[in-house]
Amino acid sequence: MSAPALSSSALPGLDSVLFAAHLSERASLPAWWLEAKKAAWNQFLALPQPSRTDENWRFSNLKDLNLDGFTLPEDASQKIASSATFPQTAELVFSNRQLVTRSTLPADLAAKGVIFAPLDEALRDHGDLVKQYFQKHPASLGSEKFVALNTALTASGAFLYVPAGVEVALPFVIQHTLTGANVATFPHTLVVLGPRAKATVVEFFVSGGTATERQLAAGVNDLHAAEGAQLTYVGAQHWSRETLSFQVNSIAVERDARVLALNLHLGGRQSRHESHSRLLGPGAHSEMLALTVASGAREFDQRTLQTHIAPNTTSNLLYKNALLDTAKTIFSGLIIVEPDAQKTDAYQKNRNLMLSDEAEAHSLPGLEIRANDVRCSHGSTSARIDSEQEFYLQARGINPTEARRLLVSAFFEEVLNKLDDEVLHSALTALIASQFKR
Amino acid sequence: MPSLEIRDLFVALSATPDKPIVKGLTLTIRTGEVHAIMGPNGTGKSTLSKAIAGHPDYVITSGDVLLDGKSILAMEPDQRARAGIFLAFQYPSEIPGVTIANFVRAAVQARLAEGEDLDATAYYKRLYSKMDLLKIDRKFTSRAVNEGFSGGEKKRCEILQMAMLEPTFALMDETDSGLDIDALRIVAEGVEAMRGDKFGVMLITHYQRLLDYIVPDFVHVMYDGRIVKSGDKSLALELEAKGYDWIKQELATA
Ligand SMILES: Nc1ncnc2c1ncn2[C@@H]1O[C@H](COP(=O)(O)OP(=O)(O)O)[C@@H](O)[C@H]1O
Ligand SMILES: [Mg+2]
Repeated sequence: MSAPALSSSALPGLDSVLFAAHLSERASLPAWWLEAKKAAWNQFLALPQPSRTDENWRFSNLKDLNLDGFTLPEDASQKIASSATFPQTAELVFSNRQLVTRSTLPADLAAKGVIFAPLDEALRDHGDLVKQYFQKHPASLGSEKFVALNTALTASGAFLYVPAGVEVALPFVIQHTLTGANVATFPHTLVVLGPRAKATVVEFFVSGGTATERQLAAGVNDLHAAEGAQLTYVGAQHWSRETLSFQVNSIAVERDARVLALNLHLGGRQSRHESHSRLLGPGAHSEMLALTVASGAREFDQRTLQTHIAPNTTSNLLYKNALLDTAKTIFSGLIIVEPDAQKTDAYQKNRNLMLSDEAEAHSLPGLEIRANDVRCSHGSTSARIDSEQEFYLQARGINPTEARRLLVSAFFEEVLNKLDDEVLHSALTALIASQFKR
Repeated sequence: MPSLEIRDLFVALSATPDKPIVKGLTLTIRTGEVHAIMGPNGTGKSTLSKAIAGHPDYVITSGDVLLDGKSILAMEPDQRARAGIFLAFQYPSEIPGVTIANFVRAAVQARLAEGEDLDATAYYKRLYSKMDLLKIDRKFTSRAVNEGFSGGEKKRCEILQMAMLEPTFALMDETDSGLDIDALRIVAEGVEAMRGDKFGVMLITHYQRLLDYIVPDFVHVMYDGRIVKSGDKSLALELEAKGYDWIKQELATA
């Protein structure tokens, strides 16, 4: 079944009536939050749709960014299976707009002041903390309109706070499941690691129901690592085949802190991902990683920015795309080195593995250097899958699909190897493998 | 008795189908037999073996290849392999990022019935015992397939795969070249260990010395895309003594 063409009059849509209802359900939340939501709603209405003249949207398919006909989903009644196949510290599972599973935080972590809660609850109980960090460093890579929509309508948000010096070994898991046709979700994840804290967050984005339902997801995640903190964030996007997805990620890294963010892009019809990393203090390091299996007629549109603000900071970006069928990928990345950011070491690479002659990979790497003592490099490569390797695998009895899966996994290994957690590594390998079982 | 029958086979590059490389080759291999194929460089030995395995660079313009009486030409390379044909490559590919353990495991898994899961413990036990036999360090299981391997290590790795997959017919393309005498002996022992009435071999080689360790039942001389002379193992000795020019002259006067 192909996506039904719906006019905005066929369904209520994301209109002011719907927004007012959403707001009134949240009347008990802090006033500053409600004001922020109203301002965001007005901003959403005021901002134009992305246009052809906008450099941030070069090569993107603009004609299908229309939000007409989407509405908020019904509350979920059914039980949702967890996507996490690995041991975890705690889990929040959202189905549509509702929190459906919440595991209790281990008592020792709660005693140390760790907070892992739905955003609405955090707003009530830790409003000042949320206010301090919410959209503190917004990414501005083209999707501001959709970020505003997220702030206005988010209901399935998660807040993680790990206080100074607390180290948590097993991942915190957040899952967003969206079920139904022509429905929208607005996930928002806010992660704050205090000085020298250490944690891993894994976030899943999945569609329930059939794989062909037309859906909208506009998500935001803000990651903050205070001095000396170490954060690993994994986002696994596995939306339905007909999902229009926006995900905007901002990463703030303070002195001597380290953030590794790995995004796995598997699903969706058109999937836009923006990631902006800021190196705010000397010794800060940001590792920006992404793996995409672009199959069918999907479009994956990735925009990145590495901003080096403080001296002696490092960043390393490696985005790998495997392209099949008639899929299309866009990578546009920029490194900005501010005048004070001497001794910056920044690296940016996009590599594309072409498994089809009809697939299309665009790569737009860029540098903007305003300091004189820096090491920066960037590059992009596109290579066809090696037919001798393919034959070698097939000559051992391995069918062509499995042979390709092995070669794609091999191509992705370099990125997955950057995860310290072996269990997480194999869970992600399995998730990628599931893309090849057809 | 299982057989691999090559009937009046013509093979060309897919890009130039009107220029045959293999030109009317006929040969039947039965299980229990080792056929050595010898011949000068560029005569089409690798082309023959890769075409039988289904390499997409080559096209079979006429003739047939039959496994137990049934043509395999419509089968994909992976189907031919699962049907029991194994090609030990002259130049095995390097596959960075895929470990030997995962690669062989995928190949073994491919032979299981749909839904049947591999017994990992039994698999490793078997893999290690074959590695020990071939004197391959167990650490190799976690190395990427052929990446950074010496010539001899690559060839031993081919034999390891063959030992694990237990094909009915092996096409061994110059498995001996680039091997020192110790490695040659190990490879030969690996093949000898598989020899028996369920296994047939087409052994492509330049040199008589391998045939000291794997004694062939038949020796064929391939020249310009055809088998021009067949005999027993004494033919290999004769070739060693007289060189290929002797064959060329014989052909010219014939
Ligand atoms: N993939 C190929 N591309 C171009 N030429 C090839 C290819 N494969 C074989 N040939 C040519 O076909 C002939 C036979 O080659 P080959 O089968 O490798 O011979 P042998 O294995 O007996 O040395 C040679 O002239 C060789 O150059
Ligand atoms: Mg050859």
